[in-house]
Order: sequence, then C-alpha cells, then structure tokens
Amino acid sequence: MNRLKASVLMRHEVGLHARPSVKLTKLAKAFESKIDLGLSPDGPWIDAKSIVKVMATRAPKDSTIYFRAEGSDAKAALDALVMLVDGDFQDGP
Amino acid sequence: MDHRTHRSGHRVEGRSAAPGIALGPLVRLVAARPEASHSRSAVGAQQALAVALAASRLDLVGLAGRIEDEDAEAILSFQIALLDDENLAAPAFALIADGEVASKAWVAAIDPEIATYDQADDPYFRARATDLRDLRDRVLRRLAGEVDQAVPSGVIVAAEDLPPSVFLATDWRGGGLVLRRGSPSSHVAILARSRGVPMIVGVDIDHLESGADAVLDGDAGALIVDPDPKLRADYERRLAQQSETREAASSFSGPVSTANGEPVRLMINVTGLAELRDMDPSKVDGIGLMRTEFLFQGREKLPTEEDQYRIYRQMAEWAGGKPVTIRTLDAGGDKPIAGLTEPGDLNPFLGVRGVRLSLRRPEVFRLQLRALARAAVVGNLKVMIPMVTVPEELDRSRELFGHAIDELRGEGHEAAMPQLGMMVEVPAAALAIEDFNADFYSIGSNDLIQYVMAASRDEPQLADLARPSRAVFNLIGHIVDHANRHGREASLCGDLAGDPQQVASLLDQGLRSFSVAPGALGPVRAAIARYPGKAA
Repeated sequence: MNRLKASVLMRHEVGLHARPSVKLTKLAKAFESKIDLGLSPDGPWIDAKSIVKVMATRAPKDSTIYFRAEGSDAKAALDALVMLVDGDFQDGP
Repeated sequence: MDHRTHRSGHRVEGRSAAPGIALGPLVRLVAARPEASHSRSAVGAQQALAVALAASRLDLVGLAGRIEDEDAEAILSFQIALLDDENLAAPAFALIADGEVASKAWVAAIDPEIATYDQADDPYFRARATDLRDLRDRVLRRLAGEVDQAVPSGVIVAAEDLPPSVFLATDWRGGGLVLRRGSPSSHVAILARSRGVPMIVGVDIDHLESGADAVLDGDAGALIVDPDPKLRADYERRLAQQSETREAASSFSGPVSTANGEPVRLMINVTGLAELRDMDPSKVDGIGLMRTEFLFQGREKLPTEEDQYRIYRQMAEWAGGKPVTIRTLDAGGDKPIAGLTEPGDLNPFLGVRGVRLSLRRPEVFRLQLRALARAAVVGNLKVMIPMVTVPEELDRSRELFGHAIDELRGEGHEAAMPQLGMMVEVPAAALAIEDFNADFYSIGSNDLIQYVMAASRDEPQLADLARPSRAVFNLIGHIVDHANRHGREASLCGDLAGDPQQVASLLDQGLRSFSVAPGALGPVRAAIARYPGKAA
C-alpha cells in the first residue's frame, strides 16, 4: 500500500470552523483510504473523516494543514483535499 | 374535586416587553432532561440510543430541507455531520455497556465535548457550544419518546428563553410569549414589538401548566392564569378594541396630522427585509431606523459588502423615493457579536459600543460604508451613526465615508454620499448638539433615558427611574429646537415614540417626526390625530 503526504496553507478567515470542517470531512469520507490530518509535519495525527476530531484541532487562519493518506485512492484523496483547502472551501465545480 | 389549590384568576407578575393582549391556552416549552429509567437492558438501551440518534438525524435533514437561510443551514449541516461521526456517541455506547442508562450515558458523552467549546478562546468556536447543546437536547427528547415540539398558533407560550430562530419560525397570530429570562431590550423582544406579539419577561414559570386558560397582558406586564369569567370578558373587550385599532391602522393611508391639521411624519423601525414583506410602503413615511445588528448576529462570519448591499438596496427599492434611514452597526452594550465585540467589557453600556467600536474596527466599518454608498445610488438612503459623543466621531465617520466613495469610484462602481446624521442618545451630545456637523438627528430615547437617569432599563427595581422625566423631555426639546432653527430634521426612534401616552408630551416639545415599531403604527397615529396643539 502506498502512503502519501501533502500539505496546504489554510487561508479561510475563521479557520477550520464548522462549515469548512463539514466540507472537509465529507470529502475525506468519499475516499476509501485512511486519511489523517495534522497541524505539523510530524503529527499528532487525527482522523480526517471525524468532524469531532477535526473541529477539536481548533486550527486558526493561516495554519498549514498536513494530510497523510494510505490506500488505493490515496493520491486522488490528497489532491482533492488540498484543492478544497487551497480553494478556501468554496463549492467546487 | 380538584385537590390542587387552583385559585381562580391567579396573577403572575412580569415586565412588559411588547404591548398587547393575548387570550388562549398556555403551552409550556420544557427543556429536555435526562430521565433515569433502569428498565432497559444494556442491549436495549444501546438500541434505544441508536434509534434516537437516527431519528434526530432524520429531524435535522427534514429541517435542513425546509430552511432557506444559509446560516441556519450551516448549523444544521454541522449537527448532522456530528451525528454521522461515530466518535461522538462512542463513549455513550461504552458507558451503557457498563450499566449506565441511555440518557445519562449520552449526556456524559457529549457534555465534555460541549465544555471544550465553552472554554475555547475563539468566540466562533465558543458559539458552537450552543449547537452541541441543541443537539444533545434533541437526542434526549427522542430518547424520552417525545416528538419535536412545534409551537402551535394562537397559544401563550411560556419558556425559560426563546432563540430568535424559534420565534421567527412560529406563527404568532393570536398568541403571546412569556419568558423567565430575556429582557425588554433582547432581540426576541424587539422582534415581538415589531410584529405586534404581546410579550412579558421576568416571569416565574415554574408553576405554569400547559393547557390552562390564560390572559397575557403585555401592557401591564402580567399573566393571569384561569381568569374568572368577568375578567376574561374585560380582556376580550380590550382584545377586540386592539384588533380594531390595528385594523384601522392597516387600512389607513395618507398623511398623518394632528387635530389642528399640523402634518407629522410617521416612519417605522425595522431589523430586516422580513418585516417589510407584509407592509405597504404607501402607509408610512419611510423607514426611520433600520437596525443593522441583525445582519451581523448569529452568523458564522461577518456579512460581506455584497450581502449588505443587497439588503440595503432592496430596502431602498421597497420604500420607493421615501427615506430609508440605516443605522451603522450598533454592536456592544447589550448586543454582542461573535468575532467583533470584546467579551468581558466591565460596564458594556459605558464601553466600546456603537461608533466607538466601528472606529476601532475600521475594516468592518469600511465594508458597511461601501455597501451603504453603493445603495445610496438606488434610493433615498440616509445613514446615521450610533453612540456619537463628541463631534470628532461624526467627522471621522464622514471622512471614512468619503474615502469609501473615492475607493468605489476608483474601482468603477457607482457610489453616492447619503445624508449623514447622528443618533442622539448620549447626554454629552444632546447638551452640546450645536457642535455637531450632522445632516439630521435621530433621538435614541432608550439609551438617552438610561444615561440621563443613570438607571438601567433592565433593572426591574428601578423601573420608576428608568422612565422619561422632565430632564429627558427638556433635552429632547433642546435637540428639536436646534434642528428646527437650522432647518434639519429631528426624529425620535426609541420606544418612547411608540408609546401613545407619551405622544402628546413629545409633540409639545416640537417633535414632528416619529419612528415606531410597525405594531405601534395604529395607536401612535390615533394619538397624533387626537392632539389639539400645545396647551397655552
């Protein structure tokens, strides 16, 4: 199994708040891979599919979000999550 | 025989928050409480919790489908996402396996989560604690086998407190509201006055039972449970009179004038577009006060320039060429706004509020001024600045308005400078009114009274002090005189203007422009029409 990493700067004005977190966890759940999220390159890691845990990071504006994914669709998952955060959580096309 | 002591005409005192009479059955809204039933096995209890979680999810999905408000929708999606996350209820299922009852286990699982939100530094995160509490109570109600409590119409609702969202979702025709918490200046009270829903606050609701016949007297600030037939008949008569007056007011159009034929301008106070939907602009002389706080409250983030522009423009369009007076954000004091006002202000009414806050948060003020300058192109927009104390605050606001207009024009937008006026609510400004470069004056009597009398309007023991006195009327007369001498308009937009018993005293001071809650239009119009002119 391949394990991949990615990171992205979050510019959303209120940080990883309810609406962005709902979008992020929904997107993460669309993939089979196990996906973790952290606020530093070495973790600690939390389950990116859990809104309870994602909201608990209280990530403020201008944090860098790190993802790591392990599974058959890990690459696609990371691409999609980075695009969501980089696009300021707007509704994609 | 009924062995309960059921006194006829039992009267419960409170404080008036919105005038009017309502007659009907009481409905007590009860906050969910965990019931400690040990009748279920662990497996049965786990199943009950799973069913309650699933049912709550269905409730929320149903609600989300009916709601159009973007912010409300965001809250519901968040709650649904929480229910979809097994991490939330996992500790509850574990506790049940160890012998705990379902409701207590659920509370034990979610309360620590709520506590972490309550303790967050960021006000946005802190505000989410309410969403989790709401979710906790919804699941508890489902566990107790209750269906969602919808508020029927034509009843007198008694509750601890009521969120504005529930107020707005309820059909209040013929009904009324009794709260233990809240104050006459709370947002639900402002909404109730604006929609003509009788409401009282500060009521001991502990002994009120659903189903009892009751009279709500929003004028006197009292609730009478099981009124005797004579009292009920009295109130039925008053209710009929009230409907007649309101009917007459809504069928009336054309200019308002005193008994001796002097024209008086009568405008309305509003909080948003919703109140204008059923209102015919030909029946009023415009909007004398649009409170913009509601655009900023209960939201996940502050409204954008575009959000605000859309609303201001629609108001100007509604009014045709009539004036629409928009007050810039009056946050702080009793109106905190997440992400903007500072919690822990020691004395909020004397703290950083109104223009004091706007000048300290220029990025928020700038967006509002830009939206207003753009909307001023469309209609007869007027802008007033709240809590002005010294002339420099108004000058600075005018300067920032000018910058906003230059900036917009530089970007190729159309923009116009509206008339810029001030709220007169601080005694320092009222006393030295001639120093202020204002295009018009709007007297904010609620704050002016409490600042002149040094008495909070939310302190029931001081109700006798927190009333318009000779000192207050002298100040009003001073402001109106100054305005008349300089050909500028002075109007009054506080609760004082909407009180028919004070109308004659205000006219005596020379005031000829009133702005009132839509529900007060009829009574105030009638009081103006009775006014014979100032007694010699």
